[in-house]
Amino acid sequence: MRKNTFLRVGLVLTALVVGFIVLGLFWTPYSPNAMDFSRLLPPSAAHPMGTDKFGRDILSRVMVGAGDTLLIALGTVAIGTVVGTLIGALTGWYGGWVDELLMRLNDALASFPSILILLVLVSLLGGGREHMTLALGIVFIPSYARIVRSEFARARTQNYVHSAELMGASTARILFVHILPNIWHTLVSAITIGFNNAVLAEAAMSYLSIGVSPDEASLGYMLSESQSMLDSAPWYALGTGAVIVLLILGVSLIGEGLQRGEN
Amino acid sequence: MVEIHDLHVRFHGASREAVAGIDLTIRDGEVVGLVGESGSGKTVTAMTLSGLIERKKVTLSGEVRFDGRDILRLPRAELRAIQGRELGVVFQEPMTAMDPLMRIGPQVEEALAVHTQLTKEQRRARALEALRDVDLPAPEEIYRKYPHECSGGQLQRVMIAAAIVTDPHLLLLDEPTTALDVTVQAQILALLRRLNRERGISMLLISHNLQVVRRICSRVAVMQRGHIVEEGTPEQLFTAPQHPYTAELINAIPRRVRRG
Repeated sequence: MRKNTFLRVGLVLTALVVGFIVLGLFWTPYSPNAMDFSRLLPPSAAHPMGTDKFGRDILSRVMVGAGDTLLIALGTVAIGTVVGTLIGALTGWYGGWVDELLMRLNDALASFPSILILLVLVSLLGGGREHMTLALGIVFIPSYARIVRSEFARARTQNYVHSAELMGASTARILFVHILPNIWHTLVSAITIGFNNAVLAEAAMSYLSIGVSPDEASLGYMLSESQSMLDSAPWYALGTGAVIVLLILGVSLIGEGLQRGEN
Repeated sequence: MVEIHDLHVRFHGASREAVAGIDLTIRDGEVVGLVGESGSGKTVTAMTLSGLIERKKVTLSGEVRFDGRDILRLPRAELRAIQGRELGVVFQEPMTAMDPLMRIGPQVEEALAVHTQLTKEQRRARALEALRDVDLPAPEEIYRKYPHECSGGQLQRVMIAAAIVTDPHLLLLDEPTTALDVTVQAQILALLRRLNRERGISMLLISHNLQVVRRICSRVAVMQRGHIVEEGTPEQLFTAPQHPYTAELINAIPRRVRRG
């Protein structure tokens, strides 16, 4: 394989963050919710990211919180990709009234500010990690559907698709065995971009305290918490923000690397 | 085997019929040529016969009987059962007619995967046999390749292999040699002639090139503006064309110019 710096750096960064998160599942330096009197300590050997105003170890909290963020982002992208691909494939392939109906629904969903839809969904479903993921996933569907639809509509007129039709292949087989692998590269870039948007959206939601509940400290939740301590404990915001940045940067570089590798 | 009777095809919004009432018969084991310039309706005829035409975009009337069944009125599922099993199709552009991300092997096996219960090994064996049948050297090697790793001539043979792997009754060839250079053209035509002779596969060969048609067809129909204007053996057409359009097509064939 050709030398691909983007892909390599991206993989290394993402592996670091994921390793950090996986480690957090089994071991953290301190219990993430343990409070004591060592409050608002700056970073030191005992607390590499310092402590917050309740004396909780920020590194431990970030390790666990990043896991929540990752889960939510992955779940969101999974819902958006799977449902969006199904809708996009059907509308792109069949066209006609199916296309009109689903795409107008799509437009309707896309025409509201997503934060508004999220607010409505969360107030309907209730808060918490699972509901958050579902709500974000629904909001992500239209963009995937649109991308996939145009790819399938284009593939519809390709000769290799006609060949498959003339072999007597069923529509499902044509859509998912023949066309899907051929549009995969487009989908991969959409997935990496979507993942990053999902991380940011989760952070924004939790920041507005309509996201996860306080005991499932995600990175966004911690960012909003850190805001009130920006003067007394700036390391809280910095440490949390840095992990978000690393995660997004890593995945972006992977996406970029994959795209360049295609050409 | 194939009986086309009074077939009319009109695309919605078009000012004239693409196919304006044609009759054409292909008997068992026969190779029939359909010639005409672009826009004469020959490809639309082929698309209608293969069931590829999108029924909601056209107005169809008449009858296209394939082994007794009316293709135009067959439900989708029954049409699919014919496509790829009893009817094989080979396209003009072998380069684009194959899935670029699939290896050659699975593409040759496609019709078997769709229509039969054969195991993976059995399909592989049949595919390799078909690749050998179309005179591809080192079929195992080709089997593992991707389309972009093959030449146009190789791919056209692969397409033919994919079309005959299920032992179809009829092969529909839409300009099968147009994208190829002349020596490869001759080889492909020889291959088609052999397949017809050895396996008795009937063929409908569509071309704008009378020379190509003359080499393997026992009967030729000339199409112009949606009508069949003349039909006969290649000799009849070449020696005594009855219709001025046929004469024009014959005159369009470049002749060897003697040097000196």
